[in-house]
Amino acid sequence: MKRFAFATVSTLAVAAASSVVAEPQAEVLHWWTSGGEAKSVAVLQEEFAANGGTWTDMPVAGGGGDAAMTALRARVLSGNAPTAVQLKGPAIQEWYEEGVLADISSVAEAEGWADVLPASIAGHMMCEGTWCAAPVNVHRIDWIWANADILAANDVEMPTTWDEFNAAAEKLQAAGVIPLAHGGQAWQDATVFEAVVMGLGGPEFYQKALVDLDPEALTSDTMVQVFDQMRTMRGYVDENFSGRDWNLATAMVMNGEAAFQIMGDWAKGEFLAAGKTPGEDFLCASTPGDGYLYNVDSFAMFEVEGDDNRAGQELLAKLIVAPNFQEVFNLNKGSIPARTDVALDAFDICAKISAEDMGSTSAGGSLLPSYAHGMALRGSQAGAITDVVTAHFNSDMSSADAVQQLADAVANSY
Amino acid sequence: MSEWLENHLPKVVLAPSFIAVLIFVYGFIGWTAWVSLTRSKLLPKYEIHGFIQYERLFDSPRWDTAINNLYIFGALFIVIAMVLGLLLAILLDQKIRVEGAIRTIYLYPMALSMIVTGTAWKWILNPGLGIESMVQGWGFPNFEFDWLVNPDYAIYTIVIAAIWQSSGFVMALFLAGLRSVDGEIIKAAQVDGIPTWRIYTAIIIPSMAPIFLSAFIVLAHLAIKSFDLVIALTGGGPGYATDLPATYMYAMAFSRGDIGQAASSAMIMMLVVFAIVVPYLYSELRAKND
Amino acid sequence: MTDLSMPQTQTRSQSNTSKIALRWLLYVLLGLFALYYLMPLFVMLTTSLKSLEEIRTGSLISLPREVSLDAWKTAWSGACTGIQCEGLRPYFWNSVLIAVPAVFLSTLIGALNGYVVAQWRFKGANIIFSLMLFGCFIPFQVVLLPMARLLGMMGIAGTIPGLIFVHVIYGLGFTTLFFRNYYVTIPSELTKAARVDGAGFMRIFWSIFLPLSLPIIVVTVIWQFTQIWNDFLFGVSFSQAGTQPVTVALNNIVNSTTGVKEYNVDMAAAIIAGLPTLLVYVVAGKYFIRGLTAGSVKG
Repeated sequence: MKRFAFATVSTLAVAAASSVVAEPQAEVLHWWTSGGEAKSVAVLQEEFAANGGTWTDMPVAGGGGDAAMTALRARVLSGNAPTAVQLKGPAIQEWYEEGVLADISSVAEAEGWADVLPASIAGHMMCEGTWCAAPVNVHRIDWIWANADILAANDVEMPTTWDEFNAAAEKLQAAGVIPLAHGGQAWQDATVFEAVVMGLGGPEFYQKALVDLDPEALTSDTMVQVFDQMRTMRGYVDENFSGRDWNLATAMVMNGEAAFQIMGDWAKGEFLAAGKTPGEDFLCASTPGDGYLYNVDSFAMFEVEGDDNRAGQELLAKLIVAPNFQEVFNLNKGSIPARTDVALDAFDICAKISAEDMGSTSAGGSLLPSYAHGMALRGSQAGAITDVVTAHFNSDMSSADAVQQLADAVANSY
Repeated sequence: MSEWLENHLPKVVLAPSFIAVLIFVYGFIGWTAWVSLTRSKLLPKYEIHGFIQYERLFDSPRWDTAINNLYIFGALFIVIAMVLGLLLAILLDQKIRVEGAIRTIYLYPMALSMIVTGTAWKWILNPGLGIESMVQGWGFPNFEFDWLVNPDYAIYTIVIAAIWQSSGFVMALFLAGLRSVDGEIIKAAQVDGIPTWRIYTAIIIPSMAPIFLSAFIVLAHLAIKSFDLVIALTGGGPGYATDLPATYMYAMAFSRGDIGQAASSAMIMMLVVFAIVVPYLYSELRAKND
Repeated sequence: MTDLSMPQTQTRSQSNTSKIALRWLLYVLLGLFALYYLMPLFVMLTTSLKSLEEIRTGSLISLPREVSLDAWKTAWSGACTGIQCEGLRPYFWNSVLIAVPAVFLSTLIGALNGYVVAQWRFKGANIIFSLMLFGCFIPFQVVLLPMARLLGMMGIAGTIPGLIFVHVIYGLGFTTLFFRNYYVTIPSELTKAARVDGAGFMRIFWSIFLPLSLPIIVVTVIWQFTQIWNDFLFGVSFSQAGTQPVTVALNNIVNSTTGVKEYNVDMAAAIIAGLPTLLVYVVAGKYFIRGLTAGSVKG
């Protein structure tokens, strides 16, 4: 135990030695390590420091958080959990069920989170009636991005149905443009897939198939059509798409090699970083069909010892949901604030569309969690679906086989 | 007392390592076996549920792919790396002028982890960026090398990179072997006028049998543990066409929160290791005891 | 040394030209293989010296038009690995603190173990040795979770001593194997004679075996240093803020998910992270072959 104490002290030397009153402490595990992301998180760290807190950074990038989750498991099992962890979707509840999350209801109630967060997003932050996580942002997943010049030159409009999309793609392909920029990584295949599921089947079907995992919906004719559309779209992708990073696909749209990309709104950050203007150089629209698929990044607080750590968690939770951080962070990140009362004057046109749609879909019940980004299902189930989706997209599997495999895989994932 | 200690010192010295191995290898294998019988999800649970995880495993088409890939990858990797390693060692053993430099060039990939070299390989093998586009640029527009993006061939690109990484080490093993063959025998053979290639195939290579065995074990262990390589090069794709058991297990345990399933796949992997290593250890140690 | 290049028995009648042609062929072959081995390093080096603009527009396999060392500077001391943008520098030191003691300890313990197993055989020693050897083959993903639990119980989770401990444990199999195979070739009469002269167990090890061990020590150190320095899985799982090794930092730079990619910095960072092991191979490579020749591979 002594050695452990020594190590902790040496890590947090300054703060621990001088703490008489509990000074807020936080060791934060996250996977935002690239330039723009890091800048966004640094805003939080500065505010944390300005309020007397000491932030210890524990970044682990890779695999969309896979490596960070590996580290998290090891840390929790060794009884040395980080103070706050970037965690999202049902994983929050899963960790809660393991009995390792802290209750931050006191902060949430004092700050009135329930009044400023959309109900479905607030739901993700609750564990059996208590607040256990703080939302940072809302990424919309079902975006379609386009190169404005290419569309104009080929006399193509932003598609509003999947048939229109196919027609536009045929036209572009005939003109020698790659219709769809895509990176063949499992999560990107899944991103396109869920947009098609919602577009062709509608929000209700999406809810049944990818949230409730209703076997009837999974094997329905609609699902066969979805896979047919995926097969069609496979033809709109260039042949070197395998393994390509999403940002390289975005670059293809930027350079005019390709016309469209279906990707969450972090893609906007790439356009903006290259000095492109939304509405002029590139266009953004929701993918064909109704509804809104969200990915809410959030921080969960883990059960830790020490008043200073608990003070740190409360301060962190408060700052994360506070309007100032919500605005600054999301301006950097390309997403929109999770709370609905932040003025959007400084945001661009795409963000405004996103915020407006979030409001209307929230009222209409079609504000839905993204399965591809771990918001709708537990890891093993989402993974089972992705396996089938990516296997189908990358082979010549028939839609009927895919649907059968989908049902089997889901049944086998419990 | 001190006499007892002196007599038992060898055992005392070995004891800590032995205990450590018992706990950290065999204890953990036992732990994994236990967990593979549970329904553990996010964190390990210890309530036994029978062989449900193994049933799930054998029902999974992805696991089928992973195991098949292990056979293809393992066989090709081990055979080619050995042949290439031996060939390079023989070539290098011909009194080469700059042997030191060339040897270092062949050996250096072993020093780098695939996290470091993965991106470079990804570019080189990518048809749009690497070799294919380069050769096409030289005026061969029909040249094709698209294995990386072809689900049926992607596993072979993993073999190429794996051989790149490990064949130098095998070369070092064989080179060391060539240099410890008894020079007198070779001289005698040369005096008898036996051609060089015959000297290699009939005298030198057979005398290196133990080295083949060592090389095989090192390569087999690398093949089974191959993980970084796949993650860095293809991420298991296209689809899951290049999944290996190690990546399957990692995905289940850490990205999917399906620890019971991961444990069952780990147990099957351990069985494969066991089947390969135990015969080796047996023959190895028996030979020594005679 | 098998000198077969120009066997003395080759008849003088064999034309000199064909010998020279063969020689040329040999060098060409060796050169071609050298190209294969050097290609990835070449791509990494040239990319690290290019500007981002040139990478976007140019071919990947080409020399840089303008050489710039900016990416190297950024990778070493400016790249963001989280909210800190201090490059690889702080993590580099962690790796040294982990690798040096871990290599030293696992080599020392391996030497002692090998000495016992090879020279002081007692009943069951071989079984113990095979059990240890089998430990080399355990996939590391298997041990992560139970290891985390034990490290926590021991109170060294997330610390550098914890990481050293893990590396020593899982290095033992190989280091013991290396030393055992080396010491087995030393005649056991040596030990017997020394014992008759009254030398004890440690004394014999210290003044007879250790001085003979330089070649195999080199092999073991190279092997262990490479394994430990390049380790990512243990590094990412058993570290916490402040103890993360350089491979984790490299991964943070290279594998960020939703950010803008700076390939030149990625490549420079990759080379920097790999420099110590590269250096070890270049400097000590000669001894590596010698050490292997000296017995470690004789099964």
